[in-house]
Amino acid sequence: MMELLQTLENFGQNLLGPAWLPLWTIVKIMVIVLPIMGSVAYLTLAERKILGFMQVRPGPNRVGYWGLLQPLADGIKLLMKEIIIPSSANKFLFVAAPVLALAPALAAWAVVPFGDGMELANVNAGLLYILAMTSLGVYGIIIAGWASNSKYAFLGALRSAAQIVSYELAMGFALVCVLLAAQSMNLGDIVRGQQNGYGLLGWYFIPLFPMFVVYFIAGVAETNRAPFDLAEDEATIVAGFHTEYSGMGFALFFLAEYANMILIAALTSVMFLGGWLSPLDIAPFNKIPGLFWMLGKMSVMLFLFLWFRATFPRYRYDQLMRLGWKVFIPLTLVWLVVIATWMQTPYWLW
Amino acid sequence: MDFVTSNFETIVFYAFAAMIVFASLRVITARNPVHAVLYLVLAFISSAGVWLLLEAEFLAIALVLVYVGAVMVLFLFVVMMLDINLVRLREGFWRWFPFGVVLAAIMVFEMVWVLGNRRTAETGAHLAKHAANYSNTKELGRLLYTDYAYPFEIAAVILLVAMVAAIALTLRRRKDAKSQDVSAQVAVKKADRLRIVTMQAERKDDQPN
Repeated sequence: MMELLQTLENFGQNLLGPAWLPLWTIVKIMVIVLPIMGSVAYLTLAERKILGFMQVRPGPNRVGYWGLLQPLADGIKLLMKEIIIPSSANKFLFVAAPVLALAPALAAWAVVPFGDGMELANVNAGLLYILAMTSLGVYGIIIAGWASNSKYAFLGALRSAAQIVSYELAMGFALVCVLLAAQSMNLGDIVRGQQNGYGLLGWYFIPLFPMFVVYFIAGVAETNRAPFDLAEDEATIVAGFHTEYSGMGFALFFLAEYANMILIAALTSVMFLGGWLSPLDIAPFNKIPGLFWMLGKMSVMLFLFLWFRATFPRYRYDQLMRLGWKVFIPLTLVWLVVIATWMQTPYWLW
Repeated sequence: MDFVTSNFETIVFYAFAAMIVFASLRVITARNPVHAVLYLVLAFISSAGVWLLLEAEFLAIALVLVYVGAVMVLFLFVVMMLDINLVRLREGFWRWFPFGVVLAAIMVFEMVWVLGNRRTAETGAHLAKHAANYSNTKELGRLLYTDYAYPFEIAAVILLVAMVAAIALTLRRRKDAKSQDVSAQVAVKKADRLRIVTMQAERKDDQPN
C-alpha cells in the first residue's frame, strides 16, 4: 500500500513538477472531507434511530430499507427549499455565517492522525492548532445571531458565546495535561507516547482520567449538544441562533455541528484512548489495521453523544456556568499540578 | 511558473501584508462597529499568517487562539450589545482631529526611529531556516523558563493583580439576589425532606359524611 502510494507520488512529481504538490494535497483533502460528509449524513440517521430505540419507537423507517436513505431525502429536501433572508438582516454576514461555522470544523481535520503517519499535515504544534480551530467555530454562531436581527437568534448567540468561552478554558487545561504526559504537541507523537506494549494500560485515560471526563464533557458543551444546547433551546428561544435560517443555510449549521461532534470524538480517541493503537497488544488484535481501531473508538465516543442526548435534561444556564467555572476549571488546575508532580517521581509509568 | 515557485514566500508575505493594511484601515473607517471588530479579526488572522512565514508557529497559533478565539469573541459580545448612536459618536470629530494628528505623527516618528535604524532593527539580517523537526514551541518555553524566568513571572503576577482588581471593582453583593447552595442541595438526606407517618387504615364507616 505505502509502496504503491510512493510510486504514484514519484510518477506525479515527474509528470507535473511543482504543480503536483497542490494537486496531490487537494486529492488528500478530498479523501478526508468526503467520508466526513458521508459520516455526518449517516450520523444524523444513527442519532434518530438510536434515540428512537431508547424511547421504544422504531425511528425513521419509510425511506429505503430500514430508513437507510433518510439522510439523502433530508439533504434533497433542504437543497430544494427556498432560502429566506429576513428583510432587516445584514445580508452579507447572514450568508457568510454558516460558512464561518463549517470551515473551522473541517479545517481542524488537517492534523488528525487516522493511523501511523496517516494525516494530512504533520504539524508540531498540532494540539494548539486544534484548539485554535475549534475556538474559531463560535464566530459562525455569533455572527448568525447578530446578522439575523432577531431577538431569539441574538439571545442564542450570546448564550453560545459565553458558554464556549467558559468551556474552552477547561478544555485547554485538559489538553495541557495531555501535552505534559506526552511531552509533545504533535498528535502523532501523542499516540506513539501511549504505546508501551501493554495495550490499553498505556493509554492516557488511566493517569488522566478526570481530564478525559472533563475534556469530553467540555467537548459536548463546545459542540452545543444536549444537555448543553442552550444556544438552540427550543423551549425558550425558538431555535436559538439559527431561528431565521432555512434551506441550505440551516443545513450548513447542521453539518458544522455534526462535523464538530465527529472531530471531538476523534480527538478524544487520539489523546486519551490511544488513537490507532489496538487495546490488546497480542497477535490477532495488533494485526488489524490501525484505521479500524481509530474508527471504532470514534464510533463509541459518538454513541456517547447520542446517549447523553437521550438521557439528560437540558441544563439551566446558571448551572451550566457553575459547572464550567466552579467545577471543571479548579479540577483541571489541581490535576495539572498532580500530573506535573507525579511525572517527577519514579511512579510515573506512562 | 519558476518565478512563482522561487518567490513563493515573498508573494505570500505581500498578500498577507496587503490584507493586514486593508483590514486595519477598515477597522477605523467602517461605519458599523460590529464590522470594525470583524475586520480586526481579519487583521489578527493575517498577522498570524505572517508569523507562520517566520517559522514562529507557536506565536501565530497563540495569536489566533487568544486574540481571535477569546478576546475578540468577548469584544464582539460587548459591541453587539451596546446601543451605539453613530451621530453622537461622530460629534466631536473635528474638535479632536488636531490632537489625533499629533498623536499619530508621534507614533509614526517613533516607529521610523526604531525600525529605520540599523542598530535596533537589522532589516538585512539573513534568517536561517530550521530543520523540519525544530520545535519553535520548545525553544520558546525553554527561554521563558530559563533566561527570562524573572520578567516572565513578574508579567504573570501583574496580570494576576489586574485580574483580581477587575473582579474586585465589579463585584457587588446584592441583598435581594437569590442563589442556590449546591453543596447543601447535594448533602440533603431523605429524612430532611420526607416524613413517613404510620397510621391505622381507616374503615369505610369511620369516614365523616
